Amino acid sequence: MPLTITEKILATHTDQKKVAPGEIINVKVDLVLGNDITAPVAIQEFEKLAFTQVFDREKVVLVPDHFTPNKDIKSAEQALILKKFAQKYQLTNYFEVGRMGIEHCLLPEQGLVGPGNLVIGADSHTCTYGALGAFSTGVGSTDLAAAMASGEIWLKVPSSLKFIYSGQLSPWVGGKDLILFTIGKIGVDGALYAAMEFTGPVIQQLSMADRFTICNMAIEAGAKNGIIAPDEITLAYLKGRIKKPYYIYQSDPGANYAATFDFDVTSLEPQVAFPHSPENTRPISAVENVPIDQAVIGSCTNGRLEDLRLAARVLHNKKVHPYVRLIIIPGTQEIYRQALQEGLIEVFLAAEAVISTPTCGPCLGGHMGILAKGERAIATTNRNFIGRMGHPESEVYLANPAIAAASAILGRIAAPWEVS
Amino acid sequence: MELRGRVWKFGANIDTDLIIPARYLNVFDPLELAKHCMEDINPAFAQEIQPGDIIVAGKNFGCGSSREHAPMALKAAGVSAVIAPSFARIFYRNAFNVGLPVFESSPAAEKIRAGDEIVINMVTGVIANLTQNEQYQATSIPPFMQEIISTGGLISHIQRKKREGK
Repeated sequence: MPLTITEKILATHTDQKKVAPGEIINVKVDLVLGNDITAPVAIQEFEKLAFTQVFDREKVVLVPDHFTPNKDIKSAEQALILKKFAQKYQLTNYFEVGRMGIEHCLLPEQGLVGPGNLVIGADSHTCTYGALGAFSTGVGSTDLAAAMASGEIWLKVPSSLKFIYSGQLSPWVGGKDLILFTIGKIGVDGALYAAMEFTGPVIQQLSMADRFTICNMAIEAGAKNGIIAPDEITLAYLKGRIKKPYYIYQSDPGANYAATFDFDVTSLEPQVAFPHSPENTRPISAVENVPIDQAVIGSCTNGRLEDLRLAARVLHNKKVHPYVRLIIIPGTQEIYRQALQEGLIEVFLAAEAVISTPTCGPCLGGHMGILAKGERAIATTNRNFIGRMGHPESEVYLANPAIAAASAILGRIAAPWEVS
Repeated sequence: MELRGRVWKFGANIDTDLIIPARYLNVFDPLELAKHCMEDINPAFAQEIQPGDIIVAGKNFGCGSSREHAPMALKAAGVSAVIAPSFARIFYRNAFNVGLPVFESSPAAEKIRAGDEIVINMVTGVIANLTQNEQYQATSIPPFMQEIISTGGLISHIQRKKREGK
């Protein structure tokens, strides 16, 4: 029976030859992940189980990234729970501030996830790693606790939705625009419980950064996972990085899809998601005068080196609008270092942007750029829910890094070609 | 087993940031979280909710973040169950894992009004609206999840498996 890539990966992690959508299966996990918000609850539940060890001390990853560097005493206490647990169980993949990055930028960069792997993380954006041809999905803290102990989790096999992108992308249009456009088309529950498989000639030409951005936001359509079959670009990214065995799978011809979406994206413009939903998208040409107070470039969605390069192209020899704060957050220490070496940080400083240590920070309204009542931000992040970046009466608009940079310069939501 | 309570109504796509804003996630004590439950959409909710009250909402309830703090906060606030036409998948798992029963039913979500008194039969999934004198059927809970609930949640389920040497 022909299978999708998602079904193949799930089947190889069971003792079954094949699996079918809707089936409940018990799978072995290759990696589990928690952060400073979700892991404290997971650790509390893990302790109740009275296990003397985690299932594999090399496969439990803890990344304190949400409120770090610790924003207050309570956050510090939560982060400390992670450190103590990592010490107690001698975890090899605990990332302290200074080595830490935003988890979904960090794990692929560190070679901790490869094609064909099965990863669960107590963070909804764990679906990011599908860009490598892995099955990865977000879970809650109790599921994380159980997986840390047993190395297993039960899953319902998702049906798959196939997205085929063809045509030629315009300048300044990338992965963020493709996924915002897609969510705008199918809605925030358009892929509920399903696997989103991204295919077609446009996807095959995208950088890994763009692919991570696309799979990262699969959850914003309600998906269980997003996935892109590995190719030469994937293998080039893995080279010198991956430290574990990996397995390349492709969907079989004739595999079963619950639905197929064909998008010709030749005329696709940069997209902006208006408050308060990622599905509330408009092309940039349909955005009228929207003044902004803050722009944020970063996050697990768009905090990679390619994103910073894009922002620097727009910001080169320009100044941020006098009444706008531009906050740039490299996703990891390594991205930060490379941005420094390439002169991007110099461009940002000259433009009078502020550069933060890696952190989820403002994306979830944690710290490092919270909005006041009535303030408005454009952000390269993933959610624009009510109160997401601060006051419940503030607003977040989602866009790609070039749009965010141009908006920071002009003080209103703007396209990069408007910056002369 | 039956759950009986007064209904609070919410719209579609109630995300986990609305259920418990991230600014309060520097603690994980359920009672602390409960104080801020639904605060950004209904500031009076945490104060006015009565133990046993039931939330009836629109589609895709619990979308967004994986934070288990969301069902923890609802449960600690006194919510005995949530009814919606559909749930975001991580929220759905988390709700069962923390012992907050949730029920999928489009007719119930559509017809039940704020303030109605309803009774949910946990076994049959029949929802009786005492105020409007109507009944609705919820989708049955998958047997695998019923097994988890019957052993007292996921952690107890694993403890039992461990004891049985599985």
